Amino acid sequence: MSTSHADIHAQSHGLAHPVPLKILVAVILVLLFLTWMTVAATWVDLGEYNLWIAMGIAVVKATLVALYFMHLWWDNLVYSIVLIGALCFVALFIGVTLTDTIEYQPGVTSTPAQPTTPPGR
Amino acid sequence: MSHAAAQHQPRDDHGPGHDPTSGHGAGHDPNLAHHFDSLGRQYASAKTGMWVFLATEVLMFGGLFCAYAVYRRNHPEIFQIGHVFLDRNLGALNTVILLLSSFTMAWAVRAAQTNQKRLTVTLLSLTLLGAAGFMSVKYIEYAHKIHLGIAPGSLWNPGTETGEGTHAAETGAAAAVSADHTAAASADHAAATAAPASTVATTVAPGQNRTTLAHAGAAPAGMAVTPHAAASAHVDPHYMTREKLDKAFIFFSIYYLMTGLHGIHVLVGMGVIIWLIIRASKGEFNENYFTPVDLGGLYWHIVDLIWIFLFPLLYLIH
Repeated sequence: MSTSHADIHAQSHGLAHPVPLKILVAVILVLLFLTWMTVAATWVDLGEYNLWIAMGIAVVKATLVALYFMHLWWDNLVYSIVLIGALCFVALFIGVTLTDTIEYQPGVTSTPAQPTTPPGR
Repeated sequence: MSHAAAQHQPRDDHGPGHDPTSGHGAGHDPNLAHHFDSLGRQYASAKTGMWVFLATEVLMFGGLFCAYAVYRRNHPEIFQIGHVFLDRNLGALNTVILLLSSFTMAWAVRAAQTNQKRLTVTLLSLTLLGAAGFMSVKYIEYAHKIHLGIAPGSLWNPGTETGEGTHAAETGAAAAVSADHTAAASADHAAATAAPASTVATTVAPGQNRTTLAHAGAAPAGMAVTPHAAASAHVDPHYMTREKLDKAFIFFSIYYLMTGLHGIHVLVGMGVIIWLIIRASKGEFNENYFTPVDLGGLYWHIVDLIWIFLFPLLYLIH
């Protein structure tokens, strides 16, 4: 078996491309700024939208970490598909469960949360 | 013969039918396992396996996020009651610590790839320091809550001191345990016991936990949780009753389970990083073989990713 072109190519670059330091620094600065923004967003009362804004910023942060810290931007697409696939299944999991919750909501929330006796007492 | 070659001696033993010329250029690299044709394929194989494992981690935590979603949808009031006991500042601090440790970890991978041995060890050590810092803050948070009896499962036994009495007075003076609070806090508490909840709400300094005190109204008389329960929020003792807190039992179960499982992952990550530091200081990593650092880095980033979502969901509830 001969070494494939991809292997020769990879080895000439030392297997994988090292992330430029400038990109790492830029990404961490953006991440810190977005963290501050997440906290700052709670100082403004937008009711229900506060949660969605916080989640939206979290998604942006997660994307930056995945793409640049985890090297997905330069990597084989397969790794990205594995991660996105897992996230899709989580979305399905939570989404479908919530449709069930919403369906039975009138029955559930007509009774407000009762004080719970923890096990063993 | 060098130790490395002696270790890998068996790899030169090719079985029958095996093409002796295959991959021999790289085959002498002590890091190339015999069953791989080249370092490139070995590396890709390792990375694929790691990403599949990370997918399972995402799914595992996904289940817990699902529990959170269902409970918050059905009983948002318990989240309103419970979240005042979470210190937003400590949560933000932990987020910053973990993000910075991800940065040093990603840089450490780069350093390993570029044959910078000392830099690799330094950066891995900084990552470890960040992890230790995270666990320390986590310990402080847990210790506060458990001291108040807000403990997981059958250990649940929140403080049952009455709103009146000397104990409440001294803890009332220390109403917010965060160091930022000045002596004005004790004056605030004195005002709180006499005044309705809306007065308390206005004395909360900007940027602190805004509680829903203004909407709480008068709580039924009875046993109250001492106000130093709230980490940085100023909680009116007449608002937080044992009865109300017991409703939030599930919130704290979710809190402990999610942050606890995440904390265990951080501890495991610390073990992995220590192992990497030992190997790196022995000079085992270079541009052709940095896979353990890379995979350890991927694990650490997933731990960071999960916290990126945990923080707003648990700490930034309005």
